[in-house]
Amino acid sequence: MDIFSAGFLNYLIALGTMSGIYAVLCLGLNLQWGFAGLFNAGIAAFFAIGAYAAAILTTPESPNHLGGFGLPVVAAWPVAMLLSGALAWAIGRICLKVQGDYLAMATIGIAEVIRLVIKNEEWLTAGTRGISNIARPFEALPTPWNALAFLGLVAALVAGIYWAAERAWASPWGRALRAIRDSDVAAAAIGKDVTQFRLEAFVLGAMVMALAGALSAHYFKFLGTTATEPMMVTFLVWVMLIVGGSGNNRGAILGAALIWVIWSATELLTNRLPGEWITRTSYIRVLLIGLLLQIVLQRFGKGLLPERPPRMIDDRPKSG
Amino acid sequence: MIKVEHISKSFGGIRAVDDCSLEVVRGSVTGLIGPNGAGKSTLFNIIAGLFPPSAGRVLLDGEDVTGWPAHRLFHRGLARTFQIAQEFSRMTVIENLLAVPPKQSGESLFRAWFAWRKVIEEERGLRVRAREVLEQLRLTHLEREYAGNLSGGQKKLLELGRTMMIQPKVVLLDELGAGVNRTLLGELAGEIERLNRDHGYTFFVIEHDMDLIARLCDPVIVMAEGRVLTQGTMAEIRRNEAVIEAYLGTRRQKTAAQARR
Repeated sequence: MDIFSAGFLNYLIALGTMSGIYAVLCLGLNLQWGFAGLFNAGIAAFFAIGAYAAAILTTPESPNHLGGFGLPVVAAWPVAMLLSGALAWAIGRICLKVQGDYLAMATIGIAEVIRLVIKNEEWLTAGTRGISNIARPFEALPTPWNALAFLGLVAALVAGIYWAAERAWASPWGRALRAIRDSDVAAAAIGKDVTQFRLEAFVLGAMVMALAGALSAHYFKFLGTTATEPMMVTFLVWVMLIVGGSGNNRGAILGAALIWVIWSATELLTNRLPGEWITRTSYIRVLLIGLLLQIVLQRFGKGLLPERPPRMIDDRPKSG
Repeated sequence: MIKVEHISKSFGGIRAVDDCSLEVVRGSVTGLIGPNGAGKSTLFNIIAGLFPPSAGRVLLDGEDVTGWPAHRLFHRGLARTFQIAQEFSRMTVIENLLAVPPKQSGESLFRAWFAWRKVIEEERGLRVRAREVLEQLRLTHLEREYAGNLSGGQKKLLELGRTMMIQPKVVLLDELGAGVNRTLLGELAGEIERLNRDHGYTFFVIEHDMDLIARLCDPVIVMAEGRVLTQGTMAEIRRNEAVIEAYLGTRRQKTAAQARR
């Protein structure tokens, strides 16, 4: 294979772009799980809301689905994030007063509801036909600059979210959340409003996930019901965060890139399988990723980059 | 400082606390003792806002705070430690203390992102205070250790340290002595006496170590079967027939065992 060929370059750009989109998802999940210990089992719901909101708001009018708003991307993405945040707020108001399990159940349920709505409410989402003609930023540029520019946009967003998440981790806000995660009764006993802090982390994480959804819709220029698949969104993102290291923002990014590259590589592998096995590839790939997760966890119990307490704010090392 | 009026609390069919009334006087170190299952911890948890009572009122500094959540009570000056230490295990020892002070501007994400200088300035002040507390508790060498790696006694100390990060009006100590070695416990008692004498902290103490109770507490309240049995100095309590019976007696043993279950 000629590594300088245009095909290979495109492949690399695609790998990078998808890694970046998954990194955004992972950073969002880390805000919820790594910071606050909130188990979100319905990542796909927030991702799909972001994707569909961005698609519907920016596409030209179509008889197949709601649309014709013609919003520019920069205006549509914040709206997509706000919608997802609003859903998270509503779920959180009900579920965050109590520990763990209820939130997991509620998010699984909501994700399923959202999936069915997207599939069945055709006036809104065009159902299984999907939404096409979604504009991708920079697509007027000549190849490969258009794809590179979009990759640059994704990378810039990852960098921005990383910065914001690192600052949050180092701040007293992150400290209060970690305290709540470790012992909510003790955190309440030192005056922290447990529900409020959890709600903030949950909503913020959901908004970040929606941004990933919007990015993905514009990247593929087409949006179908596969965007709501728990396997490709919820499951894979959890694997990424756990492998990379939950509670570590760099771990979230590393895990996203690593698992995405491996996931893509398994496709090359399974494509070489004999004919009668080809139809079975989808679950063979998932099985391989599951095995990989087990191996990594045996060797690195807390992920490749384990959680560390933030360096103390502006503290000079003590002499002696 | 704390007034408990006719508090009852049932769990299923069991009355853990049964029409209990008592008062913790401002400036006192009041002890609460009683056999296992007497309802001491349940009463503590009601006062601390962990769960509301089935009936009755709790007054804090004259204000009716019945059913208030724990975090609101803290802002009114009520601090506590736990029977089983509730350290923030994946945070360092100093972070456990730094998390305590209320109204930190860095607890707002907006200010953490856009007013970082102010956050840093505040943080410097908090750290000075946290290191003083660590010094007093002789935990300085463990400043950057994960709290989860401390021994049971050190975790108890850290919990006391958390209450020292602010100026609470009243501190509830739930079996502070459990797991703390004798020497250290003596120093801790000295610390409590000092905070009480010099800083006017009121303490309300559950303790099984009678020597510690005798040294620190006046008055001592005795609970049995969800009610207040009697109250007085330790010397009076030791002579009280009903107390001896509650701890050792045969007649009540069966019902006490039922209450525990």
